[in-house]
Amino acid sequence: MLTNRSKLVSNKKMTFAEKIYLPALLSGVVITIRHLFKKGATVRYPETKRPIAEIWRGQHVLKRDDKGAERCTACGLCAVACPAEAITMTAAERKKGEENLYREEKYAATYEINMLRCIFCGLCEEACPKEAIFLTDRIVSTDYGRGEFIYGKDKLVEKVDERIDVSVRQTQNVLEFKQQKRLSHNK
Amino acid sequence: MDFIMYKLILVGVVFGVTLFVAAYSTYAERKVAAFLQDRIGPDRAGPFGILQPLADGLKFIYKEEIIPVVSNRFLFVLGPCIAMMTAMMAGVLIPWGDTLVFGDNVYALQIADLNVGILYVFGVVSIGVYGIMIGGWASNNKFSLLGAIRASAQMISYEIAMGLSIIALVLVTGTLSLGEISAQQTGGVGGEWHFWNVVYQPLGFLIFIICAFAECNRTPFDLPECETELIGGYHTEYSSMKLGFYLFAEYINMFVSAAVISTLYFGGYNFPFMNDLGLDHNTISIIGVLVLISKVCFFIFFFMWIRWTIPRFRYDQLMNLGWKVLIPLSIFNIFITGLVILIKNNNWTW
Repeated sequence: MLTNRSKLVSNKKMTFAEKIYLPALLSGVVITIRHLFKKGATVRYPETKRPIAEIWRGQHVLKRDDKGAERCTACGLCAVACPAEAITMTAAERKKGEENLYREEKYAATYEINMLRCIFCGLCEEACPKEAIFLTDRIVSTDYGRGEFIYGKDKLVEKVDERIDVSVRQTQNVLEFKQQKRLSHNK
Repeated sequence: MDFIMYKLILVGVVFGVTLFVAAYSTYAERKVAAFLQDRIGPDRAGPFGILQPLADGLKFIYKEEIIPVVSNRFLFVLGPCIAMMTAMMAGVLIPWGDTLVFGDNVYALQIADLNVGILYVFGVVSIGVYGIMIGGWASNNKFSLLGAIRASAQMISYEIAMGLSIIALVLVTGTLSLGEISAQQTGGVGGEWHFWNVVYQPLGFLIFIICAFAECNRTPFDLPECETELIGGYHTEYSSMKLGFYLFAEYINMFVSAAVISTLYFGGYNFPFMNDLGLDHNTISIIGVLVLISKVCFFIFFFMWIRWTIPRFRYDQLMNLGWKVLIPLSIFNIFITGLVILIKNNNWTW
């Protein structure tokens, strides 16, 4: 009774109009025919896309630097930061002659993100001291098996010739955050 | 020989049109459902999804065909055949249009104008129960059997009210032939003209259309196959094209009953002022065919419209409505109709 929303059950006799059922049917029919002329809310997905926010956090990318070497040094800070524990990696030492492949002496031999575990919070991006991992505006596509959703380096690292633009969601706030002194070693 | 050829062509055309309309009813059903629920519906197969019935049909054909080991194999196959056959048979009597005249030859656009037309329709529709009953029984499955029993009980109960509502109509028209009933409702301002029968028989029409819903197993009377209680009802055990036949027969039934309703109560191929346009006979006839088809389409839409508006009845409500409401009402309707005709014929005044 506090909410004033409780309804008392009534077993009142139906009136004649209610008993013959047709007026109710008629009003129902009018309601449904109105919906025939209403515009639906459907977005035909592959053809048209729902507008997304500027800071939309979608599928991750592992960036390369300007020369095409992988930025990731397998420090594991992203894996530690990840609240869903979706990230695993194994580190390896760079050999002689691989300087064009990996930027620093240590690199990630494997790097896996389980997209079914990932909650797309973006903490990995925040934790990364090398500006190696970013969340992009791409949507993780559907697949048939659970195994397919564990993305390895083949899917995560951007191709040298087709770089992924991560500037879309780098809003003013994000940029200011990134210009902090303790991140200056990335320059 | 000429006569036989012409009838064969007509049979072929009616057969084709019936199948075509039934196939596209499945598409229309899904589209109407979608639109009434603010969705889009199937739109991937071809432009606007118009190839969807084809895709559905192909899917049905390529599905694995399962016949339960414990079922009665012969009857199991016979069930959908009967359902399909009886559904197709009723279309024979519909007068699709007036006559076409070429020189001395007069071609009626009706396959057979039986003088007991309505009775024939009733007979054929009643055989339709056997399709469902045999199918449900031969499946050797409790759900199928329950669905089949429900279906037959429902159809038999509603046939009574339907028949009684027709009796009142026959009192007005004085004939059982569908061709003549259609011809009587011709319209025009000049000379003698007639209203559609729905004007004389509004109550009869209401009873008839409610019973038609029940006979076609359409919502709100689709208890034989109500998913929540009976899984699939009588066609639980069916798969592949045999299931397709059952579902397809339902749509053919819908098409035929829409045609019967339009013929009996809504003037058939007649349209207002048809005799005042000054067009020649054949043109009027062809327009009439289109008019009848649009009426049929409207009633098919109406069937779907109702389906996506109201939920199904409980079984006792269904039986209550059939036996305690519709049958007394239709008897009352016969009584009133008879009284009015009696007063009119004897020129009684107060």
